[in-house]
Amino acid sequence: MTWQLTPRLPAQPDFLWAEAEPKASYDVIIVGAGGHGLATAYYLAKNHGITNVAVLERGWLAGGNMARNTTIIRSNYLWDESAGIYEHALKLWEGLEADLDCEVAFSQRGVLNLAHSLGDVREGRRRVNANQLNGVDAEWLTPEDVQKIAPILNISTDVRYPVLGATFQPRAGIAKHDWVAWGYARAAHAMGVDLIQGCEVTGVLREGDRVVGVDTVSGPIRAGRVALAAAGHSSVITASLGLRLPLQSFPLQALVSELLEQVLDTVVMSNAVHVYVSQAHKGELVMGAGIDGYVGYGQRGSFPVIEHQMAAAIELFPIFARAHVLRTWGGIVDVSPDASPIVGLTPFEGLYVNCGWGTGGFKATPGIGWVFADTIANDRPHPLAQPFALARFADGALIDEHGAAAVAH
Amino acid sequence: MRITVDGVQLAARPGDTLASALLRAGRRVLSQGIYTGRPRGLVSAGVEESNVFVQVLSGSGEPMVRATEIEAYDGLRVRTLAGKGLLPDEPDEARYDKTFAHTDVLVVGGGPAGLMAALAAGESGARVLLIDDQPRLGGRLLASRAIVDGLAVHDWVSSMRDRLQALPEVTVTSRTAVVGYYDHNYLVAVERRTDHLGSAAPATMARHRLWNIRAGQVVLATGAHERSIAFADNDRPGIMLAHSATAYAWRYGCRPGRRAVVFGAHDGALAAAVELADAGVEVAAVLDVRDVVGADFAAALARRGISVQTGATVSGTLADDDGVLRAVLTSAGETVAADLLAVSGGWNPAVELFSQSGGRTFWSEAAAGFVPDTAAQPTHCAGVLTGAVSLARVLSEGAGAGAEAARAAGLDVTEPATPSVEGELREEAAPAAYFCVDSAAEETVFVDLQRDATLHDIRRAVGAGLTSVEHIKRYTTIGTAADQGRGSGVLAVGVLAQLSGRSMAEIGTTTYRPPYTPISFALLAGRDRGRLADPERVTAIHDWHVEHGAVFEDVGQWKRPWFFPRPAESMDEAVRRECAAARTGVAMMDASTLGTIELQGADVGLLLDRLYTNVFSSLKIGSVRYGVMCGPDGMVIDDGTTARLAEDRWLMSTTTGNAAKILEWLEEWLQTEWPDLDVRCTSVTDQWSTVVLVGPRSRDTLEELAPELDCSVEGFPFMTVRQAAVAGIPARIMRVSFSGELAYEITVASWYALAVWEAVFAAGEITPYGTETMHVLRAEKGYPIVGQDTDGTVTPQDLGMGWIVSKKKPDFVGKRSFARADTSRSDRRQLVGVVPVDGRSRVAEGAQLVSHGAVLTQPPVAMHGHVTSSYHSVALGTPFALALLDAGASRHGEVLDAVDDGHATAVQVVSPVPYDPDGVRRDG
Amino acid sequence: MLRIPCPWCGPRDETEFCYGGQAHVPYPADPSTVDDADWAGYLFFRDNPKGWFAERWMHRAGCQRWFNVVRHTVTYEISASYPPGTSRPDVA
Repeated sequence: MTWQLTPRLPAQPDFLWAEAEPKASYDVIIVGAGGHGLATAYYLAKNHGITNVAVLERGWLAGGNMARNTTIIRSNYLWDESAGIYEHALKLWEGLEADLDCEVAFSQRGVLNLAHSLGDVREGRRRVNANQLNGVDAEWLTPEDVQKIAPILNISTDVRYPVLGATFQPRAGIAKHDWVAWGYARAAHAMGVDLIQGCEVTGVLREGDRVVGVDTVSGPIRAGRVALAAAGHSSVITASLGLRLPLQSFPLQALVSELLEQVLDTVVMSNAVHVYVSQAHKGELVMGAGIDGYVGYGQRGSFPVIEHQMAAAIELFPIFARAHVLRTWGGIVDVSPDASPIVGLTPFEGLYVNCGWGTGGFKATPGIGWVFADTIANDRPHPLAQPFALARFADGALIDEHGAAAVAH
Repeated sequence: MRITVDGVQLAARPGDTLASALLRAGRRVLSQGIYTGRPRGLVSAGVEESNVFVQVLSGSGEPMVRATEIEAYDGLRVRTLAGKGLLPDEPDEARYDKTFAHTDVLVVGGGPAGLMAALAAGESGARVLLIDDQPRLGGRLLASRAIVDGLAVHDWVSSMRDRLQALPEVTVTSRTAVVGYYDHNYLVAVERRTDHLGSAAPATMARHRLWNIRAGQVVLATGAHERSIAFADNDRPGIMLAHSATAYAWRYGCRPGRRAVVFGAHDGALAAAVELADAGVEVAAVLDVRDVVGADFAAALARRGISVQTGATVSGTLADDDGVLRAVLTSAGETVAADLLAVSGGWNPAVELFSQSGGRTFWSEAAAGFVPDTAAQPTHCAGVLTGAVSLARVLSEGAGAGAEAARAAGLDVTEPATPSVEGELREEAAPAAYFCVDSAAEETVFVDLQRDATLHDIRRAVGAGLTSVEHIKRYTTIGTAADQGRGSGVLAVGVLAQLSGRSMAEIGTTTYRPPYTPISFALLAGRDRGRLADPERVTAIHDWHVEHGAVFEDVGQWKRPWFFPRPAESMDEAVRRECAAARTGVAMMDASTLGTIELQGADVGLLLDRLYTNVFSSLKIGSVRYGVMCGPDGMVIDDGTTARLAEDRWLMSTTTGNAAKILEWLEEWLQTEWPDLDVRCTSVTDQWSTVVLVGPRSRDTLEELAPELDCSVEGFPFMTVRQAAVAGIPARIMRVSFSGELAYEITVASWYALAVWEAVFAAGEITPYGTETMHVLRAEKGYPIVGQDTDGTVTPQDLGMGWIVSKKKPDFVGKRSFARADTSRSDRRQLVGVVPVDGRSRVAEGAQLVSHGAVLTQPPVAMHGHVTSSYHSVALGTPFALALLDAGASRHGEVLDAVDDGHATAVQVVSPVPYDPDGVRRDG
Repeated sequence: MLRIPCPWCGPRDETEFCYGGQAHVPYPADPSTVDDADWAGYLFFRDNPKGWFAERWMHRAGCQRWFNVVRHTVTYEISASYPPGTSRPDVA
């Protein structure tokens, strides 16, 4: 057993951060106080000494997808470019509690990606081999090995979605999303970063092709550099500049069960039938669904998606039949055409984007914070960000994680 | 009735809930704090319960249910829980169903407002669905002693039920909880059909039923939940919501205590004190935080010899050795002996569904609660939900909302008269927005009993700098337990307001999310379990395959024979035997799963020219052509052959998994881009079945089966199609080959498929083969499989199929993309063959190709490509694989390592067409 | 669960339909004359408004016909439904 239900969650720090009033100008404004925005602010301050920074959040801090994801962390992506950024993130996750000096409940309990068809097996093995050669821990497991790790999985062969094997990344796992955000917020605040909630950005200030600040509901704020970490809303913000981003925002639902005695020691994902499940520290099953089928900013999804997902979940885990859905919710995932993020410079001087993370945003948090901060500080793409430039859509050099079937969560 | 709780038998009466039976049996300590271990008991009589959850062991079993929501039945067995449920291992054999309803007006809630709303709407002739979550209609009336229209409430409710049942378009459903309110007035409800019947439940009846409801108009009459007040040691068994205490007394006939203290912040608490006194409970003290209380209420209490202490609060409580309440400490410094402390801080209107629907709520000072503001959908709110208190107003609001909804649904409405009400105390003094009695012992002031979260936790959260109620919730975990925050949500907002000096309106609530009450996974799945989880598609010949021992492979939803092992034969042995038959004799395969689309019209050729990379319009009638289709991004999406059967009639085949997708692809272009083209597309995959006959001796077999057909090379050339009787059955025969051998595809109407298959099988020593052999045969010829040798990043040129990409056509879908910088690189990943240098080792599919001798222990190791297909080739006598390799077309001869699971196998890059590269075998 | 008005079959549940993204993105008349940036625009760049959006749907479990819908991407309200090839109605 790689983890156990905690009798009591450890207490969070006595002090996290203090509200700030916006100043007239900053060296860097980060739009969006989600995990990415906060991590970017933290690494700007820590790695680059840039502390005259404001993180602007239209709602409450880390209240968007950071509060709505299923917290799965892994780096076993197929393509070198993806593995590069996600593995960089995973290494940072492994030292994050020490770095931030706070508990984020990072639990390396491993992630299984199930294969249900010969095609899945082929893709799974391809990915495991690529992972190993990239220095990412990965194993291919037989159904019997899978059952040792998750005994409640139904591995009989006469079911509709038989388990033909699985990839396993032992270093993968989950963390407490709120605590991660707060940990970054606290550390950034301690280094002088202003965290400003309820401050929606309504436009971008520009002088020619140079961006010089943002308009907000609280008035204009000037900045030497503006970095967008606003997921799908990034495209709404850049639309005011006439800059189009190849993003579509889709609802993505998740749910939790009641608190249950421990039944699942690891994280199980099945892309084929859209079941993504772990058991959180308190005992609730946390499950993600497949992406809803149409563009929406409603932070809610469609009920049949949940029905369908539960049917698949029970096929894989018969013991779940009597569990209950206690709460469902929706996030808004910003999906790019190749299911890979868009990170880097823009045609506007002083404007940087980081979006298109789809279902991969949470797990990338430390990595992208690091890389985006470096990109902003040096006004050039960090090497790990380079392949994710906006320009790839024109020249065709996509990083197609769709094809690799390793896209979701 | 006998029920068993933690192995101990108790008596229960008809109408009891598990909670009322426990209370009557004197069981007070029924749970414990999840962290503190402090003893806990019932705090409510309904859906507000946040302490007592049990695991149901009898019947179908339930991991974790509120004791207040379980109807007692003879033989009920439960186990009390401390905060966590337990999933039993035994399979859940119960049946779960779904039902679908469309209605003009949906009324949610069968209390007084809901009953009036249903009547008003129903009498207009509207189709009305009234849904109530309780076993009996009436809502809070069931615990009331008011007189309505001259009738005792039970009789009035019965008369209303009769009136509703007399209306033909009205349906009343009890034991059904509306749990979700989604977009476009779509609601979801859970009906409990057999749980209360115990062993008397009919085996044929679904245990639970999920209602999917599309409503024209919705009336929400969901009532309110009673709110508590937090104070020191407020978690002891014996401390209960005041109206739950009265419900136990008046609805369930069990006394919630002998000697009570009542503590409240609104006149409703005083009304509860009256009810308790009249139920025979000694009311030792009534404390009200307000300075001014309703005169009627004070007078009613005075008549019973009870005085109200105004401006008074509870400062703490004392417990006996079991941890059960024994005395209440008041702000006046008194210690009042009591075994019941009935608390009522006010009403929280049940805005959950309204909020789910997108409606906004606001804090009403008058009601001291969050009430519905503007609706986002066709939603009408009535009764206690709106903050109404008096029964008279609740009834009239209900009638009004029902009438308004029916009118909005387009019906003529005569609003029914509002019933008269007698015996109800009038609400006279304003409620106080009061939430928490401050205390130095703040770690015993519980705000969320189930999470064991206290005033201390909220104070810490505020001290940490948090202001948003969402942050407070997450920091303290308040509202995240199985009671879904019902008991703690607004209370926590109130405590936060008290601590921070901000207003309730400014702080607001957290978002209410579906479901309103928990839904089991099994119910959500409904009948979509086991074999019904996803449709299984089988061909008309499937049963024959089963009888002949086929092992099947899932291809999309299809079950396809993978190979046909003989007894004691391994897969490799079977595939070798099948391959050998196809290469040297004759073999047969069921290819009915390949997608087949019939295209008719004058412009089919033009359409195909635009969608395939090669030219089709020049195809002669009776001929067949192979084509590759790309997306606009230039990546291969499908391939297959298309035959021209007549001037305006074509038959396209697609890969098995892509059949539906390609039909939609054709339709999308036709409908949205080229509506001027005269083309009609019809899927005929299921109508036709195809038997593939392969092998150098296949001509002999066909000649025998189709004596009228000229099967000679000249008479029936490659890539042509013929009509002829095969075994006496009308058939279409195509001379195409996916193996390089002489081959025929015999297509007949699916009705005759089995007959033709059996006739072919009986015609000689013909070996049936499955998809694995098909893959080996095609791989030996370098024919890629879309989806296996491609992954959405592969162009036709990458597959070495530049020959099929027309240079002459001005455009086809995908052409423009080939000119992009990355797509036109000459060093893209290209299809190659790889063979093991040792001539023996079969490399794994999914193996990565790296430089020969690369040190694998020092990542990152540069990857040059990967193996997409790999087989033992009977024809070549060695293993053979296809791979995608960087600049592969120019690297034939090079030696690389294929790495699988850390193990390297030296392989040589070869042409992807190692077998019969000149195609001499296709004519037999 | 949206209730989508198919212009031919009437209002039906969303599960009967499949989604086709932004409407009114025509295939370029002559792709060979389109530069890389504009071609990328056709392939990959779609509007992503927070508000009213004209989008394509296909009635998969019904008439299998494509049509356009004007829908609000926050409230999910649908204000118009119209056949392909016709212009976006002047609503919302």
